[in-house]
Amino acid sequence: MSDVEIKTLTMNFGPQHPAAHGVLRLVVEMDGEIVERCDPHIGLLHRGTEKLIEYKSYLQAVPYFDRLDYVSPMNQEHAYALAVEKLLGIEAPERGQYIRVLFSEITRILNHLLNVTTFAMDVGALTPPLWGFEQRELLMEYYEQVSGSRMHAAYFRPGGVHQDLPAGMLDSMEGWIKQFYPFMKDIESLLNENRIFRQRTVDIGIVSADQALDWGFSGPLIRASGLPWDLRKSQPYDVYDRMDFDIPVGKTGDCYARYLVRIEEMYQSTRIMEQCIAALRKVGGPVRVDDRKISPPRRGEMKDSMEALIHHFKLYTEGYKVPAGETYTAVEAPKGEFGVYLVSDGTNKPYRCKIRAPGFPHLQALEMMTKGHQLADMSANIGSLDIVFGEIDR
Amino acid sequence: MSEALKELSDHIAQTQAGVVSKTEVRLGELMLETTPDKIVALLTYLRDDPKCLFKQLIDICGVDWPEREKRFDVVYNLLSLKNNQRIRVKVQTDETTPVPSAAPVYSSAGWFERETYDLYGVWFSDHPDLRRILTDYGFEGHPLRKDFPLTGFVELRWDDVQKRVVYEPVKLAQEFRRFDFLSPWEGAPKVLPGDEKAQEPAAAPAKAN
Repeated sequence: MSDVEIKTLTMNFGPQHPAAHGVLRLVVEMDGEIVERCDPHIGLLHRGTEKLIEYKSYLQAVPYFDRLDYVSPMNQEHAYALAVEKLLGIEAPERGQYIRVLFSEITRILNHLLNVTTFAMDVGALTPPLWGFEQRELLMEYYEQVSGSRMHAAYFRPGGVHQDLPAGMLDSMEGWIKQFYPFMKDIESLLNENRIFRQRTVDIGIVSADQALDWGFSGPLIRASGLPWDLRKSQPYDVYDRMDFDIPVGKTGDCYARYLVRIEEMYQSTRIMEQCIAALRKVGGPVRVDDRKISPPRRGEMKDSMEALIHHFKLYTEGYKVPAGETYTAVEAPKGEFGVYLVSDGTNKPYRCKIRAPGFPHLQALEMMTKGHQLADMSANIGSLDIVFGEIDR
Repeated sequence: MSEALKELSDHIAQTQAGVVSKTEVRLGELMLETTPDKIVALLTYLRDDPKCLFKQLIDICGVDWPEREKRFDVVYNLLSLKNNQRIRVKVQTDETTPVPSAAPVYSSAGWFERETYDLYGVWFSDHPDLRRILTDYGFEGHPLRKDFPLTGFVELRWDDVQKRVVYEPVKLAQEFRRFDFLSPWEGAPKVLPGDEKAQEPAAAPAKAN
């Protein structure tokens, strides 16, 4: 028998493919329909955020964090705000902390709604995104009410949040939560037992617990692989230690387990939201630190106080100086561990601000997950990884 | 939390006496310093030692200190799920000294090191695939170095004649402004105008001698 020459086909996937979730270019080597190698080319959305932050004052750096992972903006502001607070040695007042936790969880639901529904779309279901985006729109209205912006909120500031909640918002949120449970049941009834969805996700892209550790997984991905790890429980920040919620853990580590973990996390997030709403009805007081050298004065105060006017001017031109030091502060963002490694040299600008995006190591593991699968499973894997290029490319 | 870190730091300092050159606990975070030739051994130790078990490499990044002889810090952030602890390992290097790759110890190091190489130009020896990752194909320079200008050197636009994107040197409509906020009220030199004349005669005879 003569030797058979096996030729692999090199194929380009993206960067404008709808299942690439942004500008991902994959160079895939295929043997027939089986993926042999896949090399993600990233950086097509690189904007040099870390370099820009080095040239901005600490307050001016906040909006950059919204634009990293643009489906979970507030969680990233949270990490940055906590890092700056740690270097400054301050702590946000209680009410501010509750508001931050409340909006962190809203953001988690926003993110998971987008991911779960577009993941369903990647494997062939069109209805979930249409339904899910309606709910997202309702939640973004809360964003708009507190910050004036639907997505790029810049609401969490070092020292608390920018302003207090408008009147009536808590009641409206309770109403939203009530209608959210039936909605979630609808989504689950569409997908959980759906034959096509299961065929496309069960046993696809299995990641063992050891692999998840080795590849730097975090968030829903590490939990789907069976490790009960959540920074909100293990290294609680703000008022998460007072919250009562459960950590869903997957058993199989495949795409379906990752989907189930995200679904359950949304239920848990609504539980945290309910507790925050109850607490916010009782806890009053300021929403940001009462230190005029860090948090700017109110507009009304500036009308008749010379001091306030001076502080306002100084804070918005020069900003505040942060004592020299360095910190790595991480939060449990919806996608995983979002960390900020902040180095201060004692001036009003960060000397170095390294952003540790969860999607970066997750995407790196795509080749490991996809090798030996079919091409169509690759888009299922990408969907279950929950990648957004704003944070990966930075 | 901080006491447990102190204990861990003592344990590491004892067992890895020749490897770790400095330990420090600050702001509730433990930092170790070592040299490039020992980093792989130290990371392997931190991953496998039963008291450490830092199974996850969270991040590798560079920091540029141009005034230092060895201008780059390479910072490794590790996490131990078992002990719920974080640790930071630092290595100093310069443009030419390579740092051995951590990829054999942690699979996730591959891209983090590619990023550090791309943005700072730190070399990692024995790296399986040391290419640029975030910047454009054919990019020159290392953008996160402190001596790299914020505006960069080239800009691109669509050329309608050539029907492709072309690179051109950066043209700024307005000069790049950078304000010095370090001493806004002491910006002017502390010499009154005319004072320099009073000092000149004293200096002149000294020169003549």
